[in-house]
Amino acid sequence: MPTSTNTIRLRSLNKKSTQKQLLKVMRSFQKFCRVAFSPTVKNKRLLKDRFVNKTFLAFTLLSISMVVLIAIGLFYKSIPLLDSTSLSNLLLSSEWKPFKEAFGFYSFIVGTLWVTAISIIIALPLSLLTGIYLSEYAHVRVRKLVLPLIELLSGIPPVLYGVWGVLVIVPLIQDRIAPHFVEFTTGYSVLAGGVVLAIMIFPLIISIIIEVFDNIPQDLRNASLSLGATQWQTIKKVVLRKSFDGIIAAVVLAISRAFGETIAVLMVCGNLAQIPQTVFDSGYPLPALIANNYGEMMSIPMYDSALMFAALLLFVIIFLFNTISRVILYRIEKRNT
Amino acid sequence: MEIRKIEENIFRFLMILSTIIISSTLFMIVYTLFSKGFGSLSWDMISKIPEGGFYIGKGGGILNAIVGSIYITLGSTFLGLLVSLPIVIYINVYAKRNATIATLTRLSSDILFGIPSIVYGAFGFTIMVYMGLKTSLLAGIITVTLMIIPILVRAIDEVVRVVPEDMSNAVFALGGTRYESAKIILRQSIPGIVTAILLSFGRAIGDAACVLFTAGFTDSIPTSLEQPAATLPLSIFFQLSSPIQEVQNRAYAAAVILTIIVLIINIAAKTASKNLSKNKI
Repeated sequence: MPTSTNTIRLRSLNKKSTQKQLLKVMRSFQKFCRVAFSPTVKNKRLLKDRFVNKTFLAFTLLSISMVVLIAIGLFYKSIPLLDSTSLSNLLLSSEWKPFKEAFGFYSFIVGTLWVTAISIIIALPLSLLTGIYLSEYAHVRVRKLVLPLIELLSGIPPVLYGVWGVLVIVPLIQDRIAPHFVEFTTGYSVLAGGVVLAIMIFPLIISIIIEVFDNIPQDLRNASLSLGATQWQTIKKVVLRKSFDGIIAAVVLAISRAFGETIAVLMVCGNLAQIPQTVFDSGYPLPALIANNYGEMMSIPMYDSALMFAALLLFVIIFLFNTISRVILYRIEKRNT
Repeated sequence: MEIRKIEENIFRFLMILSTIIISSTLFMIVYTLFSKGFGSLSWDMISKIPEGGFYIGKGGGILNAIVGSIYITLGSTFLGLLVSLPIVIYINVYAKRNATIATLTRLSSDILFGIPSIVYGAFGFTIMVYMGLKTSLLAGIITVTLMIIPILVRAIDEVVRVVPEDMSNAVFALGGTRYESAKIILRQSIPGIVTAILLSFGRAIGDAACVLFTAGFTDSIPTSLEQPAATLPLSIFFQLSSPIQEVQNRAYAAAVILTIIVLIINIAAKTASKNLSKNKI
């Protein structure tokens, strides 16, 4: 008998304990639900915070991978061309006959180099001198007057520079400058492209140079001046030497800007697929090539692939140049903080 | 006089000269555009779409291009803001101070900022083909958005970065989450955000190479996202390449319109950053 009562007791006890356990589970589930879905303010806020964290991280990662995505997209499109023609042939041949599937980019690359080189030769001395003047000599009032003008210059759309180039620079070269040197030119030349580009990259070089100069400790200048050096000597021997890497970075950035500029150059360069012999000859820079032929792109086989390859070429060169100069500038910034 | 004094004077003269040259280029450009285009400017230009024979010198205006440009600019600025605000918040609030991801984001947007718009145009075209879209308003907006995201990220980051850390510490001390501190920080940097928006607005409205591939060109005002859209810079470009004098004159007039829009936007950006920042700590 006792055994049986015992078992019954045990059973009931068991029953009770399972009930307890069940209750426990249910309570913890309730608690979990309260944590997860409850309207109590605190946890909802935490959840929101966590959700925002993850989504914003995704956005950020996406923006970083944008660089890679662009490269992959353009590369994918230019695979057909790369399969049919060797890379050296593409870069070093100047035979451009889309109908015969001959795509040599040499003359376009040379055209781009001409225009870029001319623009840097014009822009660098002028903007270096202006940058020095504004940061070392000019009164604050002058600086406050001139800097906004230069910033406005950077806000003007490329197409307006193009219109201005057509209206002013091209006739100027055709009527006034070129007749002293060559027999005939239309004025639509790599020189016109270079001048227009130079004006477009002034703001970029000046703003970086002023930033770099402002980062140089005043003590260095004072030390030089107290030894009896003139202001120009101080600039030449101390400031310029100290900011050499920053100036290089500015120039490299300006080169890459000039390299990729499209519409303005397209309007004033003449667009003849030839290798310019003098600065008064027409040239055909790469970006202009892409922009000018998008219409026929889909109707000729391999043509779209060739244009995408041109874009890829621009991307790779500009990416490298940009990365170099940005890394230099980051280092300067870090050194000074 | 000592030779170094002479050198000093020569270089000072050269510097002032080059400063004058560079600051006068803006006036030169604006003056040339206005003097050439102001005469052809008429109410028809900005109130009518091109009529038949517009490109051989007959009547009509460039309302299609103005509206198309505004659509693309507004759409892409809005989309760009939706993407770039989270990025800026993440690297300034969620990521740890000087974290690798923050540096990497800044570096990559600096690099992307330097990528020319024609490359974005080509890339946008690739996406467009991939997604099976035709040249349309939507494709144009997507491409321009890609182009202005780096500008927005960099410009907004500049102002969010300098918001004092005390501000977010105060939020944390009151038991706030990072998300709540982000809201406070953003409110503090509204003037900078407005400036950034205006800057990207100016860049988006003036860009031609980007939309050349993707938005196409049309004489009518787009009524849906799938239709092609004309843009102001392209309208100038196409009209200028016409051999007919009247059409070219209209291109100059359109250039005046674009100049006025861009100058207003840029000056507004300047004054916005000046005036709105009055209540800043």
